[in-house]
Amino acid sequence: MHTRTLAQLADDLRARRVSATELTRHYLGRIERFAGKLNAFITVTADQALAQAAVADRRLADGKATPLTGIPLAHKDIFCTTGVKTSCGSRMLDNFVSPYDATIVERLANAGAVMLGKTNMDEFAMGSSNETSFYGPVRNPWDLSLVPGGSSGGSAAAVAARIAAAATATDTGGSIRQPAALSGITGLKPTYGRVSRYGMIAFASSLDQAGVLTQTAEDAALLLEAMAGFDERDSTSLDDPVPRYSQLIHEPWEKLTIGVPESFFDDGLEPENAAAVRAALAELEKLGAKLKSIELKYIHLSVPAYYVVAPAEASSNLSRFDGVRFGHRAKRAAGEDLTTFYMRNRGEGFGAEVKRRILTGTYVLSAGYFDAYYLQAQKARKLISDDFARAFRDVDFVAGPTSPSPAFGIGQKTNDPIAMYLNDVYTIGANLAGLPAISIPCGFVRNLPVGLHLVAPPLAEARLLKVAHHFQRATDWHARVPTSYA
Amino acid sequence: MQWETVIGLEIHAQLATKAKIFSGASTQYGAAPNSQASLVDLGYPGTLPVLNGDCVSMAVKFGLATGCEIARRSVFARKNYFYPDLPKGYQISQYELPIVHGGKVDVVLEDGSTRTVGIVRAHLEEDAGKSLHEDFAGMSGIDLNRAGTGLLEIVSAPDLRSAAEAGAYMRKIHALVRYLEICDGNMQEGSFRCDANVSVRRMGETKLGTRAELKNLNSFRFVEKAIEIEAHRQIELIESGRKVVQETRLYDPDRDETRPMRSKEEANDYRYFPDPDLLPVSIDAELVARVRASLPELPDAKRERFMRDYALPAYDAQVLTVERALADYFEAVAKATKAAPKIAANWVMGELTAALHRDGLELRATRVSAAALASLLDRIAAGTISGKIAKEVFEAVWKGEGTVDEVIEKRGLVQISDSASIDKLVADVIAANPTQVEQFRAGKQQVLGFLVGQVMKASRGKANPQQVNDALRKQLGP
Repeated sequence: MHTRTLAQLADDLRARRVSATELTRHYLGRIERFAGKLNAFITVTADQALAQAAVADRRLADGKATPLTGIPLAHKDIFCTTGVKTSCGSRMLDNFVSPYDATIVERLANAGAVMLGKTNMDEFAMGSSNETSFYGPVRNPWDLSLVPGGSSGGSAAAVAARIAAAATATDTGGSIRQPAALSGITGLKPTYGRVSRYGMIAFASSLDQAGVLTQTAEDAALLLEAMAGFDERDSTSLDDPVPRYSQLIHEPWEKLTIGVPESFFDDGLEPENAAAVRAALAELEKLGAKLKSIELKYIHLSVPAYYVVAPAEASSNLSRFDGVRFGHRAKRAAGEDLTTFYMRNRGEGFGAEVKRRILTGTYVLSAGYFDAYYLQAQKARKLISDDFARAFRDVDFVAGPTSPSPAFGIGQKTNDPIAMYLNDVYTIGANLAGLPAISIPCGFVRNLPVGLHLVAPPLAEARLLKVAHHFQRATDWHARVPTSYA
Repeated sequence: MQWETVIGLEIHAQLATKAKIFSGASTQYGAAPNSQASLVDLGYPGTLPVLNGDCVSMAVKFGLATGCEIARRSVFARKNYFYPDLPKGYQISQYELPIVHGGKVDVVLEDGSTRTVGIVRAHLEEDAGKSLHEDFAGMSGIDLNRAGTGLLEIVSAPDLRSAAEAGAYMRKIHALVRYLEICDGNMQEGSFRCDANVSVRRMGETKLGTRAELKNLNSFRFVEKAIEIEAHRQIELIESGRKVVQETRLYDPDRDETRPMRSKEEANDYRYFPDPDLLPVSIDAELVARVRASLPELPDAKRERFMRDYALPAYDAQVLTVERALADYFEAVAKATKAAPKIAANWVMGELTAALHRDGLELRATRVSAAALASLLDRIAAGTISGKIAKEVFEAVWKGEGTVDEVIEKRGLVQISDSASIDKLVADVIAANPTQVEQFRAGKQQVLGFLVGQVMKASRGKANPQQVNDALRKQLGP
């Protein structure tokens, strides 16, 4: 039953071939069996899940179900959930129980989805391997000695191991798409503002976007339809009608051109990985797409620009974690002054990578450095956006690899932050330009999955999902499950 | 050595909106601590600010009233610093692109001259909470009710040259924001407060001296005293060969001195950058037009009109237009009475203001309505009572003894103006004061006043003074 896609399970539920309670019990059983080894979950909410499933069953019986009613999902632990610990992968919030629901949590619950629990993640979403989590690294279901990617590593591992039907995730520089690629699943990052950020703990506000990790593009379409849309509590959310993605993806293939930046296939990319992506592009060509070689002149600036903008915003966003109103508070020493109080709370509450980024961000915003770093990075960001806009005059999508290599070993890159940061070299551009992008499984290298990355113009999620869906109808990379979890 | 003091003020006016600037929580003053702080005000993880449009309209209103340019596009920025009453670790403010800039106001000084003061900018920001350092046995309490209340920070050019000018400018802005109904102006509750940048230089020097910033001055008197003391301190420093240091200082009204603030609160690098959670504020011509149409008559225009329409002296027109409520009261009296507007002005500025002040009342709580004062002035004009008796009637009405006419009736205060009665009173006084009568006849004119007083006394104040005067002159006549 767990190898069925979300879309198939939705049919099963409405045809009453399975009840929401049975399905939820099945997934909870798998979580019990596998989640510990994978370290995919920070919190499992079994009782709450069964209660939600019971409600879903009544809705299903009353014929008031949506396609998501009774579907067991996992939420990345970055989304606030009422009455449930919301840790953001950090010791800082290990004691934090949210008094409210994030907009997307609320919307999915209203649609009848069942929350299985909260997934592990890099601390405050800062990482590309899920090794910065206070709760320890997540393991890749394809090989337990490897990372699943990050920061949404717990969500990716849960979906790859089929211990959740799908999972929510967030993407600031590639945190949905890179783990999707490394875990052999589908990862969609929508247009900036397409999905509300309310209740999603901020890392870098101008880049953060919520999305989904699923088995298929069709599953992603179903979820996005319920999550997307204007939210008056988020001023940056887009007030634009939400298309019926789940129907639009079934429309016939149309004439389209896919732009391929040749610079993406240089030395930074493993040759076998490159071959898999080329083969996928050839498959798209076979489906009727025209491939066109393009140049993104400033894309090489995306990693440096990102590592100025994102830490700058993060340094400010994370200032609220001071131990005054919530979060970690160190044991008080006698006669401790205010500065020591802050230093101890934050010093103990944050891990090394978060501290590194807070320091970087504080530095680039400081008097005397602001112009040289922050303003320069903003200029680079504008150039990169313009680059994409120019490309989209000639092509419908920009395609390439999602990640430079398949999954790497736990501990392999932890002492080399630059090597770690380069994991996101292909994905960061879409965040800087606010564009929708998807990673879909496109082959295997050393028996490990790799992803094809497609970037689309703003709000073109429907076409993006449609192309991915047609690709997945013609291939079966996405349907492969690591043997122990099949 | 002649010294010149140069002052610029940063005034913080709390915007009189029902809800806070970014959270929708109530701004009501005086609620139980932390009962009016929403998750957004508390800086909870995942919460986001959403701009209250009323704050924008109010800032535009202020901009239009002071001839500022209204920015089509302005940007909110984060001012980063750590303090326990600042929940997010940053204050949302405006930095490079404020909502309005480049205006001016004319301030009438005590000697009647006018000083034009530039408004460099006014920007929107959120207020912080309050730290309470007493009553917690060595610990500090935090009340976040005020956190997130909308503020308009009004920054003047360094155009002010004395403590008195600074006070006059602050009063002017205070009156203006109340006219515009964008701030309740309540200084005790901290709704209107200011920081003063003060420096001194030798007369004739064009370069500015090193300034000190005086923080959180929350009364007109404190602003004036603090500036005076600070300027004096700086002059003494320089004259004794030392230098003024650029720093933030606090005014201590108990000791009547300024002193540097604790070092950790200065030398902050605020690391301003545009707030990515908020879109730039766009203001279109339509909004500006709508706000312009809602502007009330402003103090300066009203003052001119009072001088023109009611023939009031400049001083009276100035005093009466400082507060919109007072101006409205005066106009209601002036329109309803047959007495001259100048008489109405005298009563409003005199008896009424004194009575309010004595009883510590706001004008809206007055116990003599504009209509009542108008009828009182009518009785004087008609000769029913004298001006002196009128004051007694005013007091009685104030105390709640009844309407003007009821008091006059009940107390038997109708003026005696029939000539027979007056002639009799005058004749009696002449008979009773032969010495003074002799003196008057010998040419000592001043004695007449004494005799008038005697007649008034005999009539218990009710005799018509003009008629008494005439009758005395006639009976004593050559």
